[in-house]
Amino acid sequence: MPAIASKQYSDDVSLLVLLLDTNPLFWSTTSITFSQFLSHVLAFLNAVLGLNQLNQVVVIATGYSSCDYIYDSSLTSNHGNFESNGTGMPAIFGSLLKKLEEFVTKDEELSKEEVSEDRIPSCLLSGSLSMALCYIQRVFRSGHLHPQPRILCLQGSPDGPEQYVAVMNSIFSAQRLMVPIDSCYIGVQNSAFLQQASYITGGVHHTPKQLDGLFQYLTTIFATDLHSRGFVQLPKPIGVDFRASCFCHKKTIDMGYICSVCLSIFCEHHKKCSTCGSVFGQSKLDDASSASDKKRKAPST
Amino acid sequence: MEKRVKYKSFVKDPGTLGSLELSEVMLLFVPNDPKSDLKLKVQTHNIKSQKYTKEGSNKPPWLNLTSKQGRSHIFEFENYPDMHACRDFITKALAKCEEEPNKLVVLTPAEQLSMAEFELRFKLLRENSELQKLHKQFVESKVLTEDEFWSTRKKLLGKDSIRKSKQQMGLKSMMVSGIKPSTDGRTNRVTFNLTSEIIFQIFAEKPAVRQAFINYVPKKMTEKDFWTKYFRAEYLYSTKNTAVAAAEAAEDEELAVFLKPDEILAQEARQKMRRVDPTLDMDADEGDDYTHLMDHGIQRDGTNDIIEPQNDQLKRSLLQDLNRHAAVVLEGRCINVQSEDTRIVAEALTRAKQVSKADGEITKDANQERLERMSRATEMEDLQAPQNFPLAPLSIKDPRDYFESQQGNILSEPRGAKASKRNVHEAYGLLKESILVIRMTGLSDPLIKPEVSFEVFSSLTRTISTAKNILGKNPQESFLDRLPKSTKDEVIHHWTSIQELVRHFWSSYPITTTYLSTKVGKLKDAMSNTYSLLDAMKQSVQSDLRHQVSLLVRPMQQALDAAFQHYESDLQRRTAKIT
Repeated sequence: MPAIASKQYSDDVSLLVLLLDTNPLFWSTTSITFSQFLSHVLAFLNAVLGLNQLNQVVVIATGYSSCDYIYDSSLTSNHGNFESNGTGMPAIFGSLLKKLEEFVTKDEELSKEEVSEDRIPSCLLSGSLSMALCYIQRVFRSGHLHPQPRILCLQGSPDGPEQYVAVMNSIFSAQRLMVPIDSCYIGVQNSAFLQQASYITGGVHHTPKQLDGLFQYLTTIFATDLHSRGFVQLPKPIGVDFRASCFCHKKTIDMGYICSVCLSIFCEHHKKCSTCGSVFGQSKLDDASSASDKKRKAPST
Repeated sequence: MEKRVKYKSFVKDPGTLGSLELSEVMLLFVPNDPKSDLKLKVQTHNIKSQKYTKEGSNKPPWLNLTSKQGRSHIFEFENYPDMHACRDFITKALAKCEEEPNKLVVLTPAEQLSMAEFELRFKLLRENSELQKLHKQFVESKVLTEDEFWSTRKKLLGKDSIRKSKQQMGLKSMMVSGIKPSTDGRTNRVTFNLTSEIIFQIFAEKPAVRQAFINYVPKKMTEKDFWTKYFRAEYLYSTKNTAVAAAEAAEDEELAVFLKPDEILAQEARQKMRRVDPTLDMDADEGDDYTHLMDHGIQRDGTNDIIEPQNDQLKRSLLQDLNRHAAVVLEGRCINVQSEDTRIVAEALTRAKQVSKADGEITKDANQERLERMSRATEMEDLQAPQNFPLAPLSIKDPRDYFESQQGNILSEPRGAKASKRNVHEAYGLLKESILVIRMTGLSDPLIKPEVSFEVFSSLTRTISTAKNILGKNPQESFLDRLPKSTKDEVIHHWTSIQELVRHFWSSYPITTTYLSTKVGKLKDAMSNTYSLLDAMKQSVQSDLRHQVSLLVRPMQQALDAAFQHYESDLQRRTAKIT
């Protein structure tokens, strides 16, 4: 290329990291097919890239057993392929679909090796969130001139309670980095993880009611850059599902016990914290009173 | 039901104005004049018959109730419709009493209600319209009985009873030495006018005087002679000449009683000092008024003369008098004797003192405890071994060990749907097939139908605008204020009703009697009825408010669902026991 454009980023330059749910156990039960879903998503990504010439898009596939980067618009290998091979597909996403197919094949091989078959059919949200935050951290360290990053979770799988700690750690890291997590849940239930993620990080959470209008939802709500959100009214949550998962059985609870030392959450009373080793129930005052009771009883015997 | 009536015990009685309150269980007449003691309470099942005057005749609207004991109660109503309403109500109540003779046992506690309690309940229902609405909904429809309804509202009933407690009368703060005699000026005679109040105060502050009164009057001297000697002694104190006081005390042994220090007070003080914890660092045995030191203590008359040692026992300091007077005032009036007889007052005070003295006696166990505390206090801390606090050492484990230890829990307790390998394989095949389809055909054209897009956009706009109106910029405003008034009142009433039902429901478990089983059945039916009303209310609300009303109604339905679930499981368990 002749000359690289100089970095002059304004307020509305965005870096969108899209976490794409590719859990086959979810897509085999939905009313909309995965190909239709991909049509809407790819059109949406094209629209985001069209909003600003300097916008960047990264797509991370969230599978049943693994996660991986399947598209990065800032890579030079994705530029220059303008030949059209006769179909309606833009050539710019040819590599994305190719990598997606390779990822699904690898994910299938990994799932065969899994010994456990009792897992809730959830996707690895914590893994993809961690990979997204790693990518954003690299962008931050490349210099003070960088687009404003945000994460968009497109998910339909149910929440996996065993990932509660890892998901919450990712959410708090995103909060610390001031990276909002937008969430679009297309499953049948409510997702407590995504609700808490958007609430804590200041993103937008929405559950579309008509999946055949997904593109309209995406462009109306989630294409807004961070600068424009100060002027645009976006859907606000009426309530947030703040339930947590217990650390002993990995099930979702709304009332439980908590360790006052390390804040671990338990669904039933334990004598000892399995995380930090604190002993519950035995306190100094109880022993002091029992000791004084013994002292008082001795002379009267 | 409540009507204004005039009560007559016989036909030609001029009558007493008041209000007649009717319930299915009881008939209550309360006169308008609070001072009148003509209050009437009749149990419904005690009424044998009733007669009434016919409309159109020259007679006023009378209702004559005859009890089974043969008494007659005539009520004159303001108009004939009122009389007819009461007559019909009593007829229905009497019919119910005859239909259900076995249930009289259940109604027995109602008979034990006092008149004041019954009036208080009616008063509370009259004042609180919400309470009246709940009472009408549950008690008149026989979901709850009267006692069940009021058992959860004892605070309301008890609040009024607290007001009935009387305030205790105190004592004047004027000291006994402030009593001034009257004098005529021409002779040396002075006259003391003693009231029973003054005598009571003297007896309370000076136990020795009280004891002397009991001992001497009337055996050795009259009451007048007693008080003459008492004030003679007080006069001798007011003079500065203690030698004259000592001389008169030597001649008259009865006068000497008033001049000696009060032994009863000294004994009480010693007992109080004995109750003090000996571990306190306090010189409790030394005199706390410094009178044992020379040149300390002000005399009552304000002089500061040095007194001779042999007359030391005749001294009394102002501080002692002030302290004694303050103690008596703070103690208050411990007896309620209003008698003018001085002897009765003195004996009552003595008995009160003896009772309090017995209460304050030190028992053997208390002595033992004092000795233990005394021996423990003498230990020196720096010679003791350091105490070992029972604390476990804190250890933050490696997070990897923690997560690995939890793997066993996952395997031992499987959760969620089991996905077999075949299903996973088929799902992956389906997914790859979808990817192949989109690679071959590309993006669909059109990507989205225009009408679908418009519908999505419209619903989003409506949702966002509605949310803005609801949340708004006024944090004081709640969503309830935006509902129509009838809907808001309905929601609040449903919430109050459900709280009442759920409270009675959970307090009925465990079911140990047939009575509780019947009660739970009634409550369950009432809760089912309320559940249907909630659904009907949700459907009747306008479409734009329905979502918000659903959010408001959800916790109520969850509470009812929990109760239904417990009812079914408990019913199955009890049925299994019977089998």
